[in-house]
Amino acid sequence: MKTILEVKNLTMNFGGLCALDRIDLDISEREIVALIGPNGAGKTTFFNCITGIFPPTEGEMFISPPGKQRKSIKGLKPNQVTENGLARTFQNIRLFQNMTVLENVMIGRHCRMSSGIAGAVLRNRATVEEEEAVVEESYIILQKIGLSEYVNEFAKNLPYGAQRRLEIARALATEPFLLLLDEPAAGMNLRETKELDELIVRIRDSEGVSILLIEHDMKLVMSLSDRIFVVDYGKKIAQGKPEEIQKNPVVIKAYLGEDFDA
Amino acid sequence: MITLPEIKKSFFVSLWFMFLTFPIMVVRVNPIEKAVEWRWKNLLLVGVGSFLLSFVWRYLFKRKEAGKKKEEAGYDSGAKSFFHIILAEPKIYKPFLIGIAFFALAFPFIFSIYQTNIMTTALIYVMLGLGLNIVVGLAGLLDLGYVAFYAVGAYSYALLNYHFGLSFWLALPIGAALGAFFGILLGFPVLRLRGDYLAIVTLGFGEIIRIILENWNEFSFGPSGIANIPRPGFLGIEFSLQGATTFMYFLMIVLTLFTVFVVNRLQNSRIGRAWIALREDEIACQAMGIDKTKTKLTAFALGATWAGMVGVVFAAKTTFINPASFTVWESIIILCIVVLGGMGSVIGVVFGALILILLPEYLRAFSEYRMLIFGAVLIIMMVFRPGGVISSVRRTYRFEGLTGKRDKTGI
Repeated sequence: MKTILEVKNLTMNFGGLCALDRIDLDISEREIVALIGPNGAGKTTFFNCITGIFPPTEGEMFISPPGKQRKSIKGLKPNQVTENGLARTFQNIRLFQNMTVLENVMIGRHCRMSSGIAGAVLRNRATVEEEEAVVEESYIILQKIGLSEYVNEFAKNLPYGAQRRLEIARALATEPFLLLLDEPAAGMNLRETKELDELIVRIRDSEGVSILLIEHDMKLVMSLSDRIFVVDYGKKIAQGKPEEIQKNPVVIKAYLGEDFDA
Repeated sequence: MITLPEIKKSFFVSLWFMFLTFPIMVVRVNPIEKAVEWRWKNLLLVGVGSFLLSFVWRYLFKRKEAGKKKEEAGYDSGAKSFFHIILAEPKIYKPFLIGIAFFALAFPFIFSIYQTNIMTTALIYVMLGLGLNIVVGLAGLLDLGYVAFYAVGAYSYALLNYHFGLSFWLALPIGAALGAFFGILLGFPVLRLRGDYLAIVTLGFGEIIRIILENWNEFSFGPSGIANIPRPGFLGIEFSLQGATTFMYFLMIVLTLFTVFVVNRLQNSRIGRAWIALREDEIACQAMGIDKTKTKLTAFALGATWAGMVGVVFAAKTTFINPASFTVWESIIILCIVVLGGMGSVIGVVFGALILILLPEYLRAFSEYRMLIFGAVLIIMMVFRPGGVISSVRRTYRFEGLTGKRDKTGI
């Protein structure tokens, strides 16, 4: 299978703190990859580096979108990264609270639209058609994610689980080939987590996107992922299939601590 | 109803107010007779007045709390104000609008030049408010130096006319373009700033422009300003004073309608959505593929355009400008218009401007207490209607089935 994201030697220093230390990671087409590690291991920093929110101190990042040339995304601004087909969600929900569910998704379509100031003022045919199309496209995305019942609600009025799913819907609206999910199951109950599990698989199958997720819910991680990367203190300590990771002594040590023999 | 504890509370309130106002309301030193007057009657008035007002205050507060609870419980219609009900029903607001249109057309022929002039000034502030509304209300960028763009517009007409004899009609688009240019000029350094920091930098920018105009004598003729700026002609007609005032009035009506039209369309477009998203969450906005730089700069530029345009009109209306017309106070008034009217709401801003500009004019009869009433109105408004007179009921995009039709509710 074709590799769509390659991260080489990614290092991120905040002053004297080394948040990420020479991390390598790769994702193939239609693969679900999990990034796990104890709290403060540098998982979200890794996301922020890839999506352009932090400029990494060192390292290279390449994407090979399906049907397009391999290209470096280092030094691109967050919106340019998104335009290139990487979309993300946030650990602490960052929806546009005072906009409706539909509008949230429409914002995701923004970078795939083209009308400018003149179009907005003159409201010419192209603009009107684009606006009508974006409403329909957004609704179809909401249907896929199972949020169509909330379409005209304000985002802030949604139940927690639905807000998490709306973040995914909004990210999908940008037409990504790789979806980065930062703790999508955080705060969800068992039933919601199970629905999320199915949703992620469904997105991968129907949209043909790859998924990189950060998650603490091990049951979800083990059932979903094709491969797992484990980081601790900014270093990659293991990678492999779920079964391998479960048995890996280094990983167990990182999570549970060392046996302390007196 | 009125319980003992409430009476007790009100009693203490009135005692407190009597104590507070004692030095100004009761004691008066008469320097001619070298005596101190004790106006005990005033003390009584303050006491009784604050006693009764505290009941009204408490009643209003209770009503507000009740409204909030209702809203939380999910009663949607209960939270809607009188204005929103009117605005949602075309049968009610259409005749209302036609009435206002006739009134506006007839205004200069019914009332005196003085009244027409006041109304023109009010319309100038409506336009300024609408422009600032783009920056503050929609994009959420607190701009305290907005008056700078107004000054840019006014001086661009005054100077271009003085040196090159440019006509008003040519200066109007040039003023607007220069306003937009200065908007971008201010926008670049403040791209990274937010909230308080942004407010301070924009405040500084506004002052810089004013101070330059005040001190660069060779360029702007300093504090003495520029006089004899010609009023606009129309198809070569020279107006009398009466005619010119009426003409300025209608010109402002047309420009205001144009502004409302454009701002409304911008608000309900791809760009308008991006501004609102930027206000809601900057990081998420960027992560969703919106170019923060471009979006912020268009907000600054499009906001400043109106100030530049209306600055040209201002220069032509007063025929004399100097830097004293462009102080921080003006910026604050414009910001008050936006906040009081309702951030992000076009109709709210129109109301806000009319209230804030017309109220002080018609309160001239009580000139001593004018600013006091003005301040009190502002405070009471912010306590009881923090969203503004007509809080923004944004026309949200609603989905009504797969035909792509949208329900156009709201403002």
